[in-house]
Amino acid sequence: MSAPTYDLGKLHGGLRLDGRKEEATANPLQRIPVPPQLILPLAQHVGEPAHPVVGIGERVLKGQLVAEQDGTLGAPVHASSSGKVVAIEPWPISRRYGDKAPCIVIETDGKDEAIQRSEPSPEIASLTQQQLADMILQGGIVGLGGAVFPTAQKLVQANTCDLDYLILNGVECEPYISCDDMLMRDRPHEVIGGAQILMQALGLNVAYVVVESDKPEALHRLEEAANEIGDTRIILKQVPTIYPSGGEDQLVQLVTNREVPSGGLPSDVGCLVQNVGTAVAIYDWIVNHEPLISRVTTVTGDGVAQPTNVVVRIGTTVADVVEFAGGYTDQARHLVIGGPMTGRSVSTDRVPVVKATNCILVLSDIPTPGPEMPCIRCGECAAVCPVQLLPQQLFWYACADDEKRLRSYGLTDCIECGCCDLVCPSHIPLTADFRIAKGRIQELADEKARAQRARRRYEERKERQQKEQQQRDRELARQKETAKTAGPAAIAEILRRKQKNKD
Amino acid sequence: MITVASVSIAVLTIALLALCAGLALSYASRRLPAGEAELADEINALLPQTQCAQCGYPGCRPYAEAIVNDGAPINLCPPGGDMTVRNLAALLGRDVVPLTAPQPDTLSVAVIDESLCIGCTHCRNACPVDAIVGAHQLMHTVIESECTGCELCLAPCPVDCISLKAVA
Amino acid sequence: MEFERREAPYLAPTASVSRVMLEVLLALIPAALAHVWYFGPGFIFNLVIAGAFCLVGEWAMLKARGRDPSLALSDYSALVTAALLAFALPSLTPWWVTASGALFGIVVAKNLYGGLGFNVFNPAMAGYVVVLVAFPMHLNLWVAPRIGDLDYQFLTFFETLRYTLTGNLPDMMTFDAVSRATPLDAMKSGLNNARTVAEIYTLPIMGDFGGRGWEWIGNFTAIGGFWLLIRKVIRWHIPAGVGAGLLIPATIMYLVEPGTNPSPGFHLFGGSAILCAFFVATDPVSAATSPKGRFIYGVGIGLLIYVIRTYGAYADGVAFAVLLMNVAVPAIDYFTQPHIVGHYEDDEP
Repeated sequence: MSAPTYDLGKLHGGLRLDGRKEEATANPLQRIPVPPQLILPLAQHVGEPAHPVVGIGERVLKGQLVAEQDGTLGAPVHASSSGKVVAIEPWPISRRYGDKAPCIVIETDGKDEAIQRSEPSPEIASLTQQQLADMILQGGIVGLGGAVFPTAQKLVQANTCDLDYLILNGVECEPYISCDDMLMRDRPHEVIGGAQILMQALGLNVAYVVVESDKPEALHRLEEAANEIGDTRIILKQVPTIYPSGGEDQLVQLVTNREVPSGGLPSDVGCLVQNVGTAVAIYDWIVNHEPLISRVTTVTGDGVAQPTNVVVRIGTTVADVVEFAGGYTDQARHLVIGGPMTGRSVSTDRVPVVKATNCILVLSDIPTPGPEMPCIRCGECAAVCPVQLLPQQLFWYACADDEKRLRSYGLTDCIECGCCDLVCPSHIPLTADFRIAKGRIQELADEKARAQRARRRYEERKERQQKEQQQRDRELARQKETAKTAGPAAIAEILRRKQKNKD
Repeated sequence: MITVASVSIAVLTIALLALCAGLALSYASRRLPAGEAELADEINALLPQTQCAQCGYPGCRPYAEAIVNDGAPINLCPPGGDMTVRNLAALLGRDVVPLTAPQPDTLSVAVIDESLCIGCTHCRNACPVDAIVGAHQLMHTVIESECTGCELCLAPCPVDCISLKAVA
Repeated sequence: MEFERREAPYLAPTASVSRVMLEVLLALIPAALAHVWYFGPGFIFNLVIAGAFCLVGEWAMLKARGRDPSLALSDYSALVTAALLAFALPSLTPWWVTASGALFGIVVAKNLYGGLGFNVFNPAMAGYVVVLVAFPMHLNLWVAPRIGDLDYQFLTFFETLRYTLTGNLPDMMTFDAVSRATPLDAMKSGLNNARTVAEIYTLPIMGDFGGRGWEWIGNFTAIGGFWLLIRKVIRWHIPAGVGAGLLIPATIMYLVEPGTNPSPGFHLFGGSAILCAFFVATDPVSAATSPKGRFIYGVGIGLLIYVIRTYGAYADGVAFAVLLMNVAVPAIDYFTQPHIVGHYEDDEP
């Protein structure tokens, strides 16, 4: 029995990619033992990096706060196991700009001793929306789909809007990645429980749990769990397996047929999207009092001996994870953190698993696309673009640095899914070019803002100078007037006073 | 066959057409261009607002007004570069002409060597965008984020303590 | 362990320009075989000559433009131009006519506009139109179709080669003896001479829909076209547009006045409309961009073919129709920009 796929919205374009998920899903979900060393980056989320609250040499317990939220947007970081803080230093991590970032390095003691919560846990049903959001913030919960936006702030922001639906994203559309699939199979009750907590935090009465059609088992398990729990507010939905239907805006469009406005958020059209992994993390924190210190990660690719899905402590190095999965094969040549479409390749396996790490992909050989040829305007890129852009036109305007056209043709709406790259017969790295062009138009916008500021300052200065001039003129005129009206008598009076002073 | 009637019809038709076109043109010339102040605003929006006076006018807005009123050339703005010339040409329906001086490669800002500054306020008064702060007899400094790199503060400084620094 | 770094995506691309062009060439094989079967070996000579001059022209232009010729030659686009030109030319064409068309198409229409991807006009059609206008007397030597029951004189392989290279027919043979009007020519001159369509259909060169031989070539061309559709090398918008633009007016006029308007089947199979719909108009470089735009572009070509055939001076208007619509592409693109997801009516540019 499968969930109904009725009243789905339409998503433009997309690609049916070869999933290659079977290797990893063939093995059951496994837990990785405590690694000898944990590396906890301070910035594992969108916003300000967290601020360390432990010192070097200090002993920390599993679940203990090691870095607190800094600024209005951010999330705290917790220790994933017990041990001693040995360093707070830059460490190689996976991210787009720069190779290293400050991390707290913990040497584990193997005891895995958890911190005891002193205050008794309150009754969940009695919590207000704000209290729940505050609690979620304390748990260090961020979006586990890959964007790692702090969940609490997302909830607070969404609560200022008119919401209709909560959408739990179980659409794992990128090839190779199967961590959400395994999580839904393994812990369907927690997914539903997390959805209930989220609904309470948002004051909502409808939650869609959306799963792709290539995950029948996860869907089946969720259905069983939903029936057991018997919450009629939760509706399961199945969507076709098309990349990139798991993108936040794309999923909203697919499920509700509402288009998230350009530059806006799903909450602008009454939806809030959360990854199923996030829902489980919320459940673990609110019900079991375990903050976000572990996650499910897929370790796969032809460079890994035994592809599998693992429950891994945040901070475990990729090297440790791969070793658990049987180590590298002889052909391992490329290491990608994330999926094959939106992931980033890194040069070393010393990088840690962070809250965003949904996949560790080791590949033998990435097929080289061949030399870049001129665009033949075949239009395949436009046919697959989920946002209905015209990538070939954008490419021309990006080459010509035509800011106005880039804007009017929607460059800023590009979600960088990489579909156009794959189908381009001329092998033009469109997504990479668009990323550069986005930076460039941001620069131009900054320049324009600067010019506007300079213009305002110039005008204000001129106005001020004019005012000063007028004032001086008025003063002068007044003095002249006084001199005229006072007449000789006044002059005589002044002279008399001077004389008197002399005496 | 040519008859008097056909010739006169032709002449009348042409005359009527000419009259219509003439009326339309005179109406358009009176109606279409925005007021001079509005046009100057539009031109001003295309200028880089460095207020550097390299064009020979005391600022961007005066230059824009000069283009409208005195027919000043559109290629006098080196900081704007070829892009500005092209935009102005498109707005005004003029030809694109090469710049009088090459566009500077990078954006620069003025920096005051604070150990040398004597607090004379000359530079402060010269700055067209109020980006220099400091009181009489006290050290001055440049607000980097507001400086347009116009170089107008360089000449008035009696101790030559201001220099330009490229912004990365 | 250390790893090599690369930019995403990390999957193999699904297509390449050379594969696209190669598939177009392969899809033309059935039509080419049919062409040779019905109209003799002249097509092969045209193809070889056009191919040679297209490749030489492309190589020389790339050298002159300071590009790497080996890269551009390996994309087969020059060969596609040559093949389409060979299909457009009559089976008896002097070599220098073919060469002029090929060189004009490649040098002027393609490379002077910036080479592959930047040409405004379809190079093959531009080359064909230039020789059609410049040397009209050399472009009407269509030999008679080789259908058993027609009693015509046929040229042998070497006689055809001789004509191609020297422009001379064998002794004792006249142009009138070896050449026949194309079905479209026959229809046009017949109608101009106030004969009815039914009367014109009694001519021996006429077949069931179009002309003898021609309708078979049309069928084989369509096989290649459908194969391209299945392989997703082309999409349906342009062929469907051309079909609609040509057949709808043809059908209406045929129903209204069958005496002076040939049937839609004749329009489809009588000339090179099918070749145009699947192979010429679908050249992506010179076509419109968006699916809607491509359909409109196709409809425009179909309509123009009908208009030129019915009211124009030329019997077949495919080349002119394509070039005229090439000119209209920027306007079509401007008016058919797709709706960007998330942009609402009031903030459209």
